[in-house]
Amino acid sequence: MAAMNMVQALNSAMDVMLGRDPDVLIFGEDVGYFGGVFRVTDGLQKKYGRERVFDTPITEGGIVALAVGMGAYGLRPIVEIQFADYIYPAMDQLISEAARLRYRSGAEWFAPMTVRAPCGGGIFGGQTHSQSPEALFTHVSGLKTVIPSNPYDAKGLLISAIEDDDPVVFLEPKRLYNGPFGGRPDQPAKSWAGHPDAEVPLEHYRVPLGKANIVRAGQAATVLAYGTMVHVALAAVAECGIDAEVIDLRTLSPVDVETIAASVDKTGRCVIVHEATRFSGYGGELCALVQEHCFYRLEAPIERVAGWDTPYPHAFEWQYFPGPDRVVQALRRVVEA
Amino acid sequence: MPEAALHRELLARMWLNRAFEEKVSELYASRVITGLLHLAIGQEAVAVGACSHLRTDDWVLGGHRSHGHAVAKGADVKRLMAEIAGRATGYCGGKGGSMHLVAMDAGFVTATGVVGGQIPLALGAAFAAKEGGRQQVAVVFFGDGAGQSGAFHESLNIASLWRLPLVFVCENNGYAEFTPLSAHTLVERLARHAETYGMPAHTLDGNDLLAVHDAMGKAVSQARAGKGPVFVECLTHRMRGHYEGDPAKYRELSQLAEWKEKDPIARFARMIETRSGLTAAEHGAIEADARARIEDAAQFAIASPWPDADEADTQVSAGHG
Ligand SMILES: Cc1ncc(C[n+]2csc(CCOP(=O)(O)OP(=O)(O)O)c2C)c(N)n1
Repeated sequence: MAAMNMVQALNSAMDVMLGRDPDVLIFGEDVGYFGGVFRVTDGLQKKYGRERVFDTPITEGGIVALAVGMGAYGLRPIVEIQFADYIYPAMDQLISEAARLRYRSGAEWFAPMTVRAPCGGGIFGGQTHSQSPEALFTHVSGLKTVIPSNPYDAKGLLISAIEDDDPVVFLEPKRLYNGPFGGRPDQPAKSWAGHPDAEVPLEHYRVPLGKANIVRAGQAATVLAYGTMVHVALAAVAECGIDAEVIDLRTLSPVDVETIAASVDKTGRCVIVHEATRFSGYGGELCALVQEHCFYRLEAPIERVAGWDTPYPHAFEWQYFPGPDRVVQALRRVVEA
Repeated sequence: MPEAALHRELLARMWLNRAFEEKVSELYASRVITGLLHLAIGQEAVAVGACSHLRTDDWVLGGHRSHGHAVAKGADVKRLMAEIAGRATGYCGGKGGSMHLVAMDAGFVTATGVVGGQIPLALGAAFAAKEGGRQQVAVVFFGDGAGQSGAFHESLNIASLWRLPLVFVCENNGYAEFTPLSAHTLVERLARHAETYGMPAHTLDGNDLLAVHDAMGKAVSQARAGKGPVFVECLTHRMRGHYEGDPAKYRELSQLAEWKEKDPIARFARMIETRSGLTAAEHGAIEADARARIEDAAQFAIASPWPDADEADTQVSAGHG
């Protein structure tokens, strides 16, 4: 065990996998020599050499396409898209090729690749460095979408993603790299030091894909969240004192319907929280799932707390960001309904 | 304009750019400005030399390092500064910020934080300019890193195929973020790509203002005359890290010292001392004037109100404010 922040935990996952499996390799912009803009691949090129950890030109489409081809021919690439916002030039490769290779080839060929991409706001990146594009990926059959909320899960989920035989989009909430964030920018930034989920085994372990985690048990309502919003939800619950159950989905696709349904069956009330824009966001899918599985148990309309339906505005970072106040309001509405 | 006056004017524009960037850096350090900032200190000769041939109704597009392009195109430095500081008086009411500047009144069409994204956009601007029949041109600025993207190559092809009135200005500063150009490509002179597509192309010393000015003069007249696109590659160097706060450990310090020697402003000033009789007092006054204008802009931004949060969901689509 060692105390790790999320950057170190992710680094450790890749380190372990590079060490165990000669087919694993890492590439992307500035990931080799420099060690990544967010330092997630720091030291890996030095340790494993340029053949296995290397830099590419600025070519997101090319990076993903390369990974598809490598995967089909037996390698197990991990690629970094430096910010999730830069992934759009690679959408064709992800959707038309990576996600369909298995289906198209009668399951003979597939693409065991992991696409890592930092996502989310809270760092003043504006329109092109803050987005949460998860719903674009969950909408695609054949892709898996994962988003961790703490160092322990980050490592275990990343190892599972790398070992998975299908393409996984692995979104890393960059606001959580160095510490948990409850959504109050005016409070001093916390580090992961001392956090129970920052105790990370040095060796190989898995956190399974498709399994949610109940991070706070409760009776009064269910909060569905992932990534940064898990911490915002916990902060909101602590502030308002409503005995809510907070579920960290961890994997968005395939989603753990069982855990969600069991919780909402119990509480009868549900708040869905994500940072991405609201309209056609992943919360819409969650809402549909909850009503399909729990309709007769629901005692209040399902609430969604989300980013605004706008580009991420430079001047309104903290108004756009769905902080604890908005979560508290939604919680009050569902319990008072 | 007589040569001596032109030289003084160009020097003043260089200082305006430099003062703008230095002030942004200062306001960032004091947390008046937040965000991801990419400064072009050391690259002023490219922006100034290129834009000095443009009319207000010519169109310029840039990328993540484009404050200077907007300033050189004649955008209002107050509204630019306010935009970067996220104020209501900014060009975009504070919604855009440093990497997403737009100044339509000055013909600065857009900057984008997506590297290379501006290059194909410029094709559209050039196409519209051509259709408009008013001899407008479009100029697109981008770095050597952007020159590795697929969009760059697609754009060279279309621009030459359709003889668009477009000038490609590549600021080759040898680095994309933290990785040297040699790690990105075997073709370290990007002008060679343009030659492949049958486009006139020049590679020049981008820290030599007059070299950029001359080459851009010819390029812009060719585009304006309907003779098709031109590619101008300017070899230069950013004297700061990739972004504000970047310790830039990946660059050899000796390299920086060498480029400091080649600082485009100091170099141009030395040159026009002999060629146009610039005196130290005149030079001092030009610099002071630029700094005063930028100080005004900074004060304007600081004194400006924050935008009203109710504004945030306006202007997303047509018909919504
Ligand atoms: C599509 C995309 N990929 C990656 C990035 C991250 N990024 C920002 S600047 C940069 C380097 C750009 O280098 P260059 O085009 O040479 O411009 P310079 O920074 O040297 O001015 C990169 C990779 C981005 N903004 N957009």
